[in-house]
Order: sequence, then C-alpha cells, then structure tokens
Amino acid sequence: MEYFIELFLGGLTRGSIYALIALGYTMVYGIIELINFAHGEIYMIGAFTALIVASVLTLLGFNELSILVIASLCAVIWAASYGFTIEKLAYKPLRKAPRLSALISAIGMSIFLQNYVLLAQTSDFLPFPALMPEFGFLEPYAHIMSSAEVIIVLTTALVMAALTFLIKFTRLGKAMRATAQDRDMALLSGVNVNRVISFTFIIGSATAAIGGVLIASHIGMINFYIGFIAGIKAFTAAVLGGIGSVPGAVLGGMVLGWTESFATGYVSSDYEDVFAFTLLVLILIFRPEGILGRSTTQKV
Amino acid sequence: MITFAEIKRSVLVSLWFMFLTFPIMVVRVNPIEEVIEWRWRNLIIIGVGSFAISFVWRYMMERKEAGLKRKEAGGEKPPLVKRIMDRPRLSRSIVGLVVAFVCVFPFLFSTYQVTIMSTALIYVMLGLGLNIVIGLAGLLDLGYVAFYAVGAYSYALLNFHFGVGFWIALPLGGLLGALFGILLGFPVLRLRGDYLAIVTLGFGEIIRLILENWNDFSFGPSGIAGISRPGFFGIDMSLNTATTYVYFVLIGLVILTVFFVNRLQNSRIGRAWIALREDEIACQAMGIDKTRTKLTAFALGATWAGMAGVVFAAKTTFINPASFTFLESAIILSIVVLGGMGSIPGVILGALVLILLPEYLRAFSDYRMILFGGILVLMMVFRPQGLISGVRRVYQFKGNGEKAPNGGSGS
Amino acid sequence: MEPILDVKSMTMDFGGLRALDRLDLDVRKGEIAALIGPNGAGKTTFFNCITGLYSPTQGDILITRPGRDPERINGLKPNHVTEKGLARTFQNIRLFQNMTVLENVMIGRHCRTRTGVAGAMLRLKSARDEEQTVVDHSYHILERIGLSRFVNELAKNLPYGAQRRLEIARAMATDPFLLLLDEPAAGMNPQETRALDDLIKKIRDEEGISILLIEHDMKLVMSLSDRIFVMDYGRKIAQGSPDEIKNDPKVIKAYLGEDPDA
Ligand SMILES: Nc1ncnc2c1ncn2[C@@H]1O[C@H](COP(=O)(O)OP(=O)(O)O)[C@@H](O)[C@H]1O
Ligand SMILES: [Mg+2]
Repeated sequence: MEYFIELFLGGLTRGSIYALIALGYTMVYGIIELINFAHGEIYMIGAFTALIVASVLTLLGFNELSILVIASLCAVIWAASYGFTIEKLAYKPLRKAPRLSALISAIGMSIFLQNYVLLAQTSDFLPFPALMPEFGFLEPYAHIMSSAEVIIVLTTALVMAALTFLIKFTRLGKAMRATAQDRDMALLSGVNVNRVISFTFIIGSATAAIGGVLIASHIGMINFYIGFIAGIKAFTAAVLGGIGSVPGAVLGGMVLGWTESFATGYVSSDYEDVFAFTLLVLILIFRPEGILGRSTTQKV
Repeated sequence: MITFAEIKRSVLVSLWFMFLTFPIMVVRVNPIEEVIEWRWRNLIIIGVGSFAISFVWRYMMERKEAGLKRKEAGGEKPPLVKRIMDRPRLSRSIVGLVVAFVCVFPFLFSTYQVTIMSTALIYVMLGLGLNIVIGLAGLLDLGYVAFYAVGAYSYALLNFHFGVGFWIALPLGGLLGALFGILLGFPVLRLRGDYLAIVTLGFGEIIRLILENWNDFSFGPSGIAGISRPGFFGIDMSLNTATTYVYFVLIGLVILTVFFVNRLQNSRIGRAWIALREDEIACQAMGIDKTRTKLTAFALGATWAGMAGVVFAAKTTFINPASFTFLESAIILSIVVLGGMGSIPGVILGALVLILLPEYLRAFSDYRMILFGGILVLMMVFRPQGLISGVRRVYQFKGNGEKAPNGGSGS
Repeated sequence: MEPILDVKSMTMDFGGLRALDRLDLDVRKGEIAALIGPNGAGKTTFFNCITGLYSPTQGDILITRPGRDPERINGLKPNHVTEKGLARTFQNIRLFQNMTVLENVMIGRHCRTRTGVAGAMLRLKSARDEEQTVVDHSYHILERIGLSRFVNELAKNLPYGAQRRLEIARAMATDPFLLLLDEPAAGMNPQETRALDDLIKKIRDEEGISILLIEHDMKLVMSLSDRIFVMDYGRKIAQGSPDEIKNDPKVIKAYLGEDPDA
C-alpha cells in the first residue's frame, strides 16, 4: 500500500510538470492551431537560464531564498522573450501558409534551439542546485513526499488557477478566446490579433519556464536535450486532456504522470518512454478530442 | 537606400538579441570547478551579426512579398527545371555529364571519398522515399527513420542467424518496411496532419527504444557487427573493390528509385497523392479514398526506407540503435525541404548538399544540426518550394494536334 | 415522377445549433432544382450532409441511380457517395491549386479508373491506355465547359469565373447523375453569369444530368429552375415553381425581414 501511495504521489509530481508544459502547448494550439515543437526547448532554456543565474548569484554570495526568487524570475523573463521572438521569426510569416509549412518550421526551430544551447553551453549534464527550500514540518513524511514535490504540486495548482482566471475574466482572456474561435472575426471586431498571439506565446513560455526550474531543481540535472522528450510528453498530456483546454492540460498531465509512475513501478522501468508514447498513440486513435474535449465537425 | 528609420529598427533588433542570448551565449558555468566564464566577445558577435542580418531579413521579406504579388499578377517565372527541360539539347548534355562523372568517380577518388559518396547516395534514396510521403502526399512523417531501422535490422538479423545474403535481403527489407508502414499507417492515417506528425515521431521513438532495450532480440545498444557486404556471384573482394561495388549498387538503386518515383508521380496514384496534399476534402468529394491513398504513399515511402536500411547495414557492416534516432529523421526531412518537396532533382541536390558539405567543410560539421534546424525554418519562411521546385507534367492528347496548347503560364 | 434524390426529415445539430430542421427535399430525374435562402440558412450544410462530409443527426437520404432500385446512402464516406453518382462543387472554391487545369479534371476520373501502384511503376500497357483515355476524356470535358484554352495552366492562376467553371468540369468528370452546385455564380460578372446559365442548361439537356443548385442570383434561379426550395433557419419554408415562389409571402418575408439585399 505504501508503495502504491509512493507511486501515486510520484505520478502527481511528474504529472504537475507535464501539466505546466502542456499549458503552453494547449494555449498556442488553441489560438493558432500549431503544434509548437519548440515549446519543449523553451522549457529547457528556462532551466538553463535559472542554472546560469543561480550559479552566478551563488558565487556572488547571495542567500538561498533570494537566489531562488531571482533565478526563477530570470528564467521566466528569458523564456518568455524566447517564446515571443520565435513566434515573430518562425511562425508569424507563415500564418497564411499551409499548415505543413508552419509545422516544419516549428520542428526546425526546435532542432535549432537544442543545438544552439549545445554549442553555446555544453553537451554534458550539468548539476542543478537544489533551490527549493525544505519544510521542517514535512520531515516525518519525507520518505513519501519531499518538500520539493509538495512545492511542485502546489505551484502547478496555483498557475492553473491564475491562467483560468486570466482566460475567463480578463480583457486579454476574452480577446484570446475570440481569436481562438475565429481569427478573422476577432480582427474585424477590433481585437489586436498579433498582440494576442504574442501574449499567448509569452504566457505559455513563462509557464514552461516555471516547470523547467521546478523539475531541474528536483531532479538536479539538466542538459540541452531535456526539452525534447518532455515536450512530446507534455504534448501527449495536452492531447489527452483535450487540446485547447486549460483544465484538460492539467488533467492530461496527471493521467500521464500516473500512467508512467505506475507502469514503471509495477511493470518495467526500461520502457518508461514507451508507455507515454503508446498512450499518445492510443488516445489519438481512439479519442482524438481528448478527455475533456468535445468532438466537432470540421467546417467545410 | 538605407534610411535612418531602418537603422534604428536594426539597432533595436540587435539590442534585443543581445539581451535575449545573453545568459546562454555570454555566461558559461563550470559547476565542478565553480568558475564562471564570461564570453563578452560573443555578445559583440551577436550584436553586430543580428544588426546585419536584420537588413538581409527585411530585404528577403520584401522580395518574398513582391514575389507573391507578381505571382498574383500571373507573371511568374517558370521553374528552373522546366526551363531546362524545355531545351532538350541542354538537358541531354547535362544528363550526359552527370552520367560520365558518376561512372568515373570511384576510379578518380580515394576509397574514403567513395564511402562518403555512398553515404550521400543512401540519403538520396531516403530523401526520395520520404519525398513520396511528405512532398507528394503531404503527410508529415517524423518517424521515417523507424522504417530505415526495420530494413537495417532485418538484414542484420537475417544475416546473423540464417546467413541470408544481401540480394535476398534487399527486397525482403523493402517488403518488411512496407508491412510496417501499413501496420503503423492503418490506425494513424485517419488523424489530422499535425497529429500524424507527432504520432509518427512517437512510433519512431518506440521502435528505437525497443531496439535499445530488447537485448535478446536486437543485442541492445551494442548492436550487431560483422554483417556481410553485398555479394557478387560469390567472388571475394578486397575492401577497395567492395566499396566501389557498394557505390555502384547504390547508383543502380538510386536510378531505379528515380525511375519509379517519376512514373508514380505522374500516374493516377501520384495525382491522387498531390490532390490529397492540396485539399483533403475536395479530394474525397472527387471520389478518392483518403485513407487508402495515404496508406499507399506511407507504405511506398517505407519500402524505400527499408531497402535503404538494408544497404546501410551492408555498407557499414555494423549497426546499432544510435544510427536511428529522431535526428536522422530530421536530416532526411531537411533534405526534402531544402531540395524541394515533390521535386526529384531537388531532393537529389538536397541530399548531396546536406551530406557532402559537412563532410568536406570540416568547420561546418560541428554546426551541422543547427544548420539543419535553421534550414527548415528559413526555407519555410522564404522559399517553401525548395531549391528546385517540382514541375507539373504537360500531357498530350488526341484531337488537338501533337503538342498541347500552352495557356501561357510561362514558357 | 420518381425522385432520384429523396431526403426525408433531415436534421443536423452542431452542439446547440440546429442547422437543419426536419428538412424534406427531392430532386426528380432530368430537372433543375434550386435551393435558396438567406445566408446561414443551412443550404451548404445540406449539401455537406448528403455528400457524406457531415453525418446528419437524423433523417434518410435515398438515391435512385438510373436503372436501379432506390438505396439509402446515409453514413457512406464522401468518396463512396461520389462513386454512386453524386458530384458537387464548393461555395468557397476548393480546386487543387498547384495542379494544372487538366489534372484537376483528371482527378475527377480517379474513381472511374483502376491503375494501381504496380501498373503505374511498370507502366503496363493497360495503365498507359487507361491514362490516355483519361487525358482525352478530361480534355473533352474541358472543351465542352469552355476551358480548353487553359489546359496546362495551374488552377490557381485562373480567373475567378474560370475557377468556378473548372469546379463544374471536375465534378462532371466523375460521371454523376446528379450535380450539386453550391453558389456557382458567386463572384461572377453578368456576362459570366449568362454563360453559366447556358452551360447549366446544356449540361442538363445534352448530358442528361439532373441538377440541384444553391444560388443567390434570383434572375439565374428563376431562369433555370423547374422547382425551387426555400430555406430559412434550417427549415424549408416553401417549395414550388418559380412563379409560385416569386409570389409567396413567406419567402418575401424571409428575404426582406432578414437580408434585404440578398
Ligand atoms: N462544421 C460546423 N460546425 C458548426 N457550425 C456549423 C458548421 N457548418 C455550418 N455551421 C453553421 O450552420 C449554419 C448554416 O450554415 P451554412 O449551411 O453554411 O449556411 P448557408 O450555406 O445557407 O449560407 C450557420 O450558422 C453555420 O455557422
Ligand atoms: Mg453556403
């Protein structure tokens, strides 16, 4: 039973990270119907930025809490800037082009960014400082769930709540929903579509960066390639929950996290990634609209 | 003329990129020795580079927009291939030169060069195969390398366990590739285009992970060594001769591929692929079975990947899962995109450029993958038709003399 | 007279929106029927439902092919509907833009021909013969539709009116017994519209193909149609001969009340 709980909580942590990345996929897809393959790389760049900033601050003798805050902030700012720039360079010129073109461009961007970090930094795994604080009152339960894991789960919940609020109740959120429904109509009714799309990329990228910082300090290692697999898995989560839906992304992340956690715990850990991919393939074949998505008829 | 406003814009762009790339490009942490390297030179390079590139970028954008307008006005220049094909003497002499060069190549250059050229030729085959799937049918298959792996492993294993020879394995590899293509394609081809991309990517990874982990079957990460080279009526060959022989086998296969793909793309099947790429709904409404047509393209593409895999295994005599990563799929995709989706000469050129250039320009080889990524983006933004765009066939018909009337789309 | 298309009580819901509401409609052999109504009435949706692109929530679609018994075609895939002899054009032109005009028409022959992969790769005699027949037949259709001077142009380079005609040519290539035209005159100038009028009559008279068309140009509708169906908000509000429709108060109200300049 304890093993079960351990796996359950492990899955919850994993799932939270997937959810954080999946949110970006889902929002971008909702608005411009593009699988932003480079999204996983944004997450990786967020983690790298945090690592670099944290190292510099450590050498300068900052205290732990301020390092955590500043490093996370920088990760969010830079990741958002990358997201913004990528959209302008690689996707915006292709808005009227066939879908295939934008998709290929996105894959190109993903490969480009991976190798950019590889060349500018290193191909080795870098140790990531444990930034997250330890809570004394969780000590007795540490063998089941560490402080870091608690922080991850709580942060995810917070981010999801904030995003839901943003989309449901703010002007920007309204403009985003309008653009997602019908871009031309939104444009006609005075929505600045370019700005809305930029914002979507910025918010999605910032969320991914938070995920990047959390997972990196939890696992303690990063390299240039972590974004690729995480990206595919987060996309799986997004599709699983119903692409375009914020609660769907979180739910999908959790389901995927648990699937992986239980499958590796009870079946075999050699095939960890195979489980995720198999789940992706199955969901796309049998319920492509996802758990929370509604099936729609493509307009002819 | 460069105006002040433009300079201002470029300065802003340059400042933005200096900010953007600052943490990654300038700072490098060595966490073990706890030292930080500040690479200020990189900052200057980025600043100056992005300043200059922003002008080029804007110029290219303007040119592209002007090109689009010209296209709308109908004043499009016909593609290069068409202009060459319209002059039979020129095109014949080009073909003659290429044939002559190809024949004498192994006797003029070292074994090393021949090996590299053979590698490039394998990529030509792979590119032409993927071109059927992406270029003609418009299906973004990101797991193409899986079929390549199927071909390579089927020869390696058959050779290892049963001593099956190359010439038997070659069609078998193609067949197995097709079989896998159908098995994988059948469930996923009903999906929308972008979902197809990610599912095929997933499948590609699944196959590689299985090869890596299922030791009893595939010998895991250590791979399979000592695979037989192609035989020639049981004659023993020196390494040199064998290399040359593989080269000519590949030339033969490439010619065969070009021959078949060319026939296919101008046939009933090929037209259906292109129509499917152009407009799936109209295509169905015109009576074309979407799933079946896609499956045909998928399976045929896989057939060529399977055969290329067999040749690869025979050429290197050693394979392991590391040769079949997603990056390999990405390289093949870059070949097709750079050359021109749907264009046979384009894909051949794309393969030769992308495989040979990094080999000969050593300085390039570190930057190979970043270059491929960049090419994918830049080609899509500025030249989606590739270096050499495909041409549509002009048909001859009864009742209107020998030559079809040309509506004036150029020529 | 026996209907060749008989749609009974068809309903189509999109989420909460009822785009078609228990619609009955039939087309008789050899007639030109028109389906009119304000924008958003559900006319295109009706076409999409009978051609298999949408699956209607309810209702029956029956067709009677020449010399055969009536059959139900609900749930058939779009390509099978076309094989049975229903061909259509699209309101928002959907040509294969980067293929030549001739090739666009040749695509229409796909479902009436056989050549497979092996035949194409080996260029067997049967494949070559079939190919030539397709080319000749397609060219012949283009001549009749009046597009032969564009044969080798890419479809995207055609003038607008010619693109609309090419859609008709492509649909004709599938050998239909019923042709469904979705706003064939949209965007045409008066001259082109007159030529279209002649063309549609010619198709019916010379090829014996029945026609159901959606159209906003009342002059064209009145000149062509044997019978007219009027829709509003997914419902059929009137049907009858052009004269009956012209004087039907319900129709006048639907048009004047909703969309005065249609
Ligand atoms: N695939 C779809 N999903 C949701 N609503 C649709 C879809 N297709 C059509 N509709 C809706 O059905 C109604 C009828 O549309 P349509 O058939 O195109 O009208 P018409 O052709 O008469 O102008 C419209 O309100 C339209 O928005
Ligand atoms: Mg309509």
